[in-house]
Amino acid sequence: MTWVADLVHGIFLGGFYALLAAGLALMFGVMRIINLAHGSLALIGAYMAFLLTEHLHISTYLALAPVLPGALVVGYVLQRTMLERSLRAGQLVPLLTTFGLLIVIANLLQQFFSPDVHSLDAGRIGPASWHVSSELSIPWFDVLTLGIAFSVLGGLHLVLRVTQLGRELRATAADADTAELVGVNARAVYARATAIAVAIAALAGVFYGMRSAFDPNAGANELLYAFEAVVIGGIGSLWGTLVGGIVLGISQEIGAHINQEYFALAGHVVFLAVLVARSASSAPRIRYTLRRFA
Amino acid sequence: MSETAVATPAAPSFRVQRWTPLSIAFTGGLAGLVAVLAFAPVMLGENTQYNLIQLYFLAIMAMMWNALAGYGGLVSVGQQGFIGIGAYGAVFFSVQHEMNPYLSMLLATLVGAVVAIPVAAVVLWLRNGAFAIATWVVAEAFAILVSLDPNPAIGGGTGTSALLPFNLRYTPSQRLHYTYWAALGAVAVLLLLLFVLLRSRLGGSLQAIRDDEEAAASVGVRVLLGKGILFVVAGAGCAAAGTIILAWQLSVLPLGPNSVFGINWTARMIFMVLVGGLGTFEGPIIGAVVLYLLQTYVSISGVWYFVMLGGIAIGFALLLPRGIWGTIQERFNVQLLPVGYRLRTGD
Repeated sequence: MTWVADLVHGIFLGGFYALLAAGLALMFGVMRIINLAHGSLALIGAYMAFLLTEHLHISTYLALAPVLPGALVVGYVLQRTMLERSLRAGQLVPLLTTFGLLIVIANLLQQFFSPDVHSLDAGRIGPASWHVSSELSIPWFDVLTLGIAFSVLGGLHLVLRVTQLGRELRATAADADTAELVGVNARAVYARATAIAVAIAALAGVFYGMRSAFDPNAGANELLYAFEAVVIGGIGSLWGTLVGGIVLGISQEIGAHINQEYFALAGHVVFLAVLVARSASSAPRIRYTLRRFA
Repeated sequence: MSETAVATPAAPSFRVQRWTPLSIAFTGGLAGLVAVLAFAPVMLGENTQYNLIQLYFLAIMAMMWNALAGYGGLVSVGQQGFIGIGAYGAVFFSVQHEMNPYLSMLLATLVGAVVAIPVAAVVLWLRNGAFAIATWVVAEAFAILVSLDPNPAIGGGTGTSALLPFNLRYTPSQRLHYTYWAALGAVAVLLLLLFVLLRSRLGGSLQAIRDDEEAAASVGVRVLLGKGILFVVAGAGCAAAGTIILAWQLSVLPLGPNSVFGINWTARMIFMVLVGGLGTFEGPIIGAVVLYLLQTYVSISGVWYFVMLGGIAIGFALLLPRGIWGTIQERFNVQLLPVGYRLRTGD
């Protein structure tokens, strides 16, 4: 029965990882860059919500009202100032600049908010849970997180399928130069994609702050978990990140069940195992390459 | 590429040249400088030696990171995993197995190379950002595994110390001298290794891979082999730097950004290489000197120090992507350490 509990909790945790990974997957899908500062941007969302709840004494959910539009602006400006230049300079430069940003954000947060842990109040549903049996209880907050993850992924799916922006995003992702030929402003499309991605990251960050305590260096782990969800689910697929997130969440819960300290390690091991399996499945191609050039 | 002379009917004649008088003079001068620096323990004070050791391990890291990113197009954000393996490997041999600490450092360096082989097999088929994060995950996994080691000499989040094996065999001043020589020796050996590697056919292959992997493969470059060799050399080099860090600060932590497995090492590496000049042979050494001068002479608190490092790295990546040395090289067409080829016309 406890294993069932791990499984169920893992699925809900996976919903959170899908939320965290959605922005990363979107930016990779559209621009082919992996934003190494993704987890740190999520963390900024959590810290901004913390400031608002601390000083205005409002609920964390209400704090999302200013945080999310703010994150849209941050994403837009980030793309127009830093990422756009990085993209023009080649494939490696966005990695270098977003890594620099990760380091700057982690240390600025430490400067302004101290290295201590903070947490966000999850409101009335925070401590409430549904007791299924003596060993399995499902916190309402986890249900809410999974619901939000579904809504965000579904919303993104609809935006990409139905709206004009979605068509432009898909066209730019497929071939930016050709999209420009038919009148799409690729730079503007990129900036909107990054704005949406950062806003989703901030949303995930606020939920992260409500589910566990965070410190200025938590952005790194959040980036790794988000990326692991993206890769396990299959790079470039939005709903795949939900599957990947759930696999990651279940692995971590089972790892933690064996030993509390195996939580992160179990996720890393499963991620690396998936990489090995993928490289093995592409082995014929590699063998071919070796035979040809050996 | 070949070293034979190329003649075309239209132009008078071309010569492919590797050594120039300037590069001969500089390479000789550098060898002389290493020889002079070897006498530092008898000439310079303890503080200076202590500081120079720091410069040496920073230079090793910068050289290794540049070899990966500048020559192989591999942006790794997980080389701290190998730094940690070096440091903890040396603890494993010297504390747990009571071996000579300097022999332990050498063995731990080899462990870094050996560990790099399976890691390479897992991560090298990934591109760009995927490769970057995968290396980071590997480094995190190493850090967690080390911190969970049941042996009290190694495991535990509070870190470990190698004070005992050093103090059993050496006085503090002997330890400083030997560590200094070990660090200088490691810089010289790794610099020479990279110099020879990059001057060989592999150097040309690697630059072809960096510029366009598919095109390189299509003309017969063994892409995976070239990248694999670089990754193993970088694993050994970073492990060597880790062993020197252990001998230099004597105690190390496994977890957190400031630990020996910490991401801040990668921040330093990227700073040094971008400032010095990505993809130039001389650049990382210049970058290491810049970082060393910054942290020795500009007193700045830990947090702002890394804000500055990250900010300057972003600035260089966007505004001066060739770094200090790359820009100088472009403007004056000089190469002090001849790893490339130069085409000369006339005579």
